[in-house]
Amino acid sequence: MSLDQTMFIPVLAESLQTTSSPTPLQFFGILLGLLGLFFFVGTAVGMIRFPDFYTRMHAAGKGDTLSTMLMLSGFGLVSMEDLSMGSWLLFFKIMGVVLFIFITCPTSSHALMRAAFEDDEMPMTEKDLKKPSAKKK
Amino acid sequence: MIEYFAIFMGVALFVLMIPVVYRIGAGPTPFDRMLAVNVIGTKTAVLLVIIGTLFDRVDMFVDFAIAYALLNFVSAIVVSRYLNRTISLDEMEAKENAKKIKS
Repeated sequence: MSLDQTMFIPVLAESLQTTSSPTPLQFFGILLGLLGLFFFVGTAVGMIRFPDFYTRMHAAGKGDTLSTMLMLSGFGLVSMEDLSMGSWLLFFKIMGVVLFIFITCPTSSHALMRAAFEDDEMPMTEKDLKKPSAKKK
Repeated sequence: MIEYFAIFMGVALFVLMIPVVYRIGAGPTPFDRMLAVNVIGTKTAVLLVIIGTLFDRVDMFVDFAIAYALLNFVSAIVVSRYLNRTISLDEMEAKENAKKIKS
């Protein structure tokens, strides 16, 4: 390799040289992270392909909350290299973020949905599908 | 191993954010845009934890993630209340016409 890819990030270059196999806990964390990525793929596809604001909110509200929680708990497990006091503290800190997102993400989704509904944004019905000239909403 | 996994997750999150950014640009209603901004803000908290894993400084970056999630939540609530309270131009004209008819 003529050009060292990690030369711009010295911290990264140090950590990439030590190749250690993951512990079972870290392996479980990697599995959780990949599962969260799967749910985020669902969110991204839904945001593009759904025709209506409420269906898009369905994709974004659920998939975003669950994928964020899974990914954060996965990285909480990955960052536990040993079972020392500092690792436990870090794990509980990340779990605090997970709890916070578990409470706030559905709340903000609900507030947005409420605002849209009171602003006379009607859900898509069969009549809208039959009229091709209707404005897409 | 762990570092490669973190790099993979970060890149995949970044690539999957592109459709959501498209929804910010092309959303027909302002609520669509706000929803996409909310999704991206939540994912940025995850991205901050990933960066912390790469730099072996997770304990420091988790605090940033908490602050970012809080800011994102507050901004979503505030914007949704703001969009709720605003009335459209047609409604305003209708109200003025009703006043004129009364007087």
